[in-house]
Amino acid sequence: MSLILTIASREFRTLFLSPMAWTILAILQFILAFLFLTQIEAFTTLQPKLASIEGAPGLTDIIVPPLFGNAAIILLLVTPLLTMRLICEERRNKTLSLLLSAPLSTIDIILGKYVGILGLMLLIIALTTLMPLSLLCGGELDLGKLFANILALLLLVSAFTAIGLFMSCIAGHPTVAAMATFGVLLLLWILDWTSGLTDQRSELFEYLSILRHFQNIQSGLISSIDVSYFLLFITTFIALSIRSLDNERLQK
Amino acid sequence: MTTLIEAEHLTRYYGTHRAVNDVSFTLAKGEVLGFLGANGAGKTTTMQMLCGNLAPSAGQITINGFDLLDQPKAAKRNLGYLPDTPPLYKELSVQEFLLYCAKLHGVAKNSVTDAIKQAKERCGLSEVADRLIVNLSKGFQQRVGIAQAILHNPEVIVLDEPTVGLDPIQIREIRSLIRELGQDHGVILSTHILTEVQESCSHVQIIHQGQLILNETIAGLNRQMNTGTLQITTRLAPDINSLLTLPGISSIENMSENRIKIHHSVTANPAEQIAEHIIAAGWGLQELTPVKRSMEDIFISLTKEHREL
Repeated sequence: MSLILTIASREFRTLFLSPMAWTILAILQFILAFLFLTQIEAFTTLQPKLASIEGAPGLTDIIVPPLFGNAAIILLLVTPLLTMRLICEERRNKTLSLLLSAPLSTIDIILGKYVGILGLMLLIIALTTLMPLSLLCGGELDLGKLFANILALLLLVSAFTAIGLFMSCIAGHPTVAAMATFGVLLLLWILDWTSGLTDQRSELFEYLSILRHFQNIQSGLISSIDVSYFLLFITTFIALSIRSLDNERLQK
Repeated sequence: MTTLIEAEHLTRYYGTHRAVNDVSFTLAKGEVLGFLGANGAGKTTTMQMLCGNLAPSAGQITINGFDLLDQPKAAKRNLGYLPDTPPLYKELSVQEFLLYCAKLHGVAKNSVTDAIKQAKERCGLSEVADRLIVNLSKGFQQRVGIAQAILHNPEVIVLDEPTVGLDPIQIREIRSLIRELGQDHGVILSTHILTEVQESCSHVQIIHQGQLILNETIAGLNRQMNTGTLQITTRLAPDINSLLTLPGISSIENMSENRIKIHHSVTANPAEQIAEHIIAAGWGLQELTPVKRSMEDIFISLTKEHREL
């Protein structure tokens, strides 16, 4: 366990030693703040109309889900950039042998890397959450719904990171890893668009679509189906990463 | 003497290419084993297998009594490895990097500071401890790599070409460090520099096209180096056929009209008889010198012999 944290903390600290993490945090914060403000603007113009409607959506409904939805799309673009170097770069710089000849199991290495990147993801989510929380100064929030959104985003980026980690294990070059991760994520994101187009809906595609599960949780409905979808997703790709790193020793 | 490494029948395929073929050897405490071979002979592959970076296609490795496959963690705890490219995180400072390595190898918390200090002193890194590894010269980076391998005081130290890229003074320092380490550890180092083996090793292995073709102590190798050749210069051309009848002579090489090289067996030294024979025949002996074979000669003759077989 302590070994996992050792690897994770180095991974996390290394991100901040290069401009990478800082740049991503700054740009992300800037864009999300802009979207957050447009959402508030929309709310203030809608407010008089909403007051007259029975059971109208409240402050939380109008601001939080779009904000977290947008954050999810931006993270879809950003995660591949963060995860592409995880294993790939170690292999290219020949530093992987340091880990392989140390008394560690491949499980330690993969989980350490995963937890390290997840640390940065948590930071991003925390910074995003601060924006709606700032509304508490002058208004009231549906905290349950906010929590559902945080959980949804957390599960989503954990899944993104797991795919990114796996791609970094199998790719020979970071750019390839990034492209592959981005491709898979985008495909999973748009998979259920087909259901809107034709009469013949594919239930399999609908189930596989990552967007649908994300939106279900976002709406405040935390069902075990959606949560277990993400958990299965994460476990699968972490297990595949461990397998692929194990294979590293067997063949070249 | 405790046996630290036991490698049995190691074989490794890359696809259909057999890079290492049935290599077996042992390493005991207090030995420094030099691994010699031309480029692509299988040195690095063997070392990677010893350190758990590559799984052998066949064969078994035991490190300090732990099987590398069954108890990898216990086996690797006794292992320090410097690969051919030192595995350095260049964005860290020397101190940070060594701290990370100490944690990875599970050095006890209260002895981490001492372990790092000792490794830095042994490798001459105390002055550059706070500099980023990326800014260090290649020689210093190599030393950080060595420091990383000896940091946790492992029983077995495996160094893949440890003196590459170092200046002559540094090379001398590292060689003496290796000798020092060899006193209470088992050290394996690979190199293609032959003098290095002569200077710092107690045992030599020559690997050629994946096969072990020599496994000797340095003393045994030195004995081999003294064998076999006399260079003779005479005033008149000698009659080679009559010289060949002398006991112990295996072959005669004609260098020029008046100069020959006589190869003889290791056990008998026929120098005296040859001198008497030449003088008796009246060819006018001018020179009779034993030719000491250099390590290069042995290396080349062994690898060549093998190719012909």
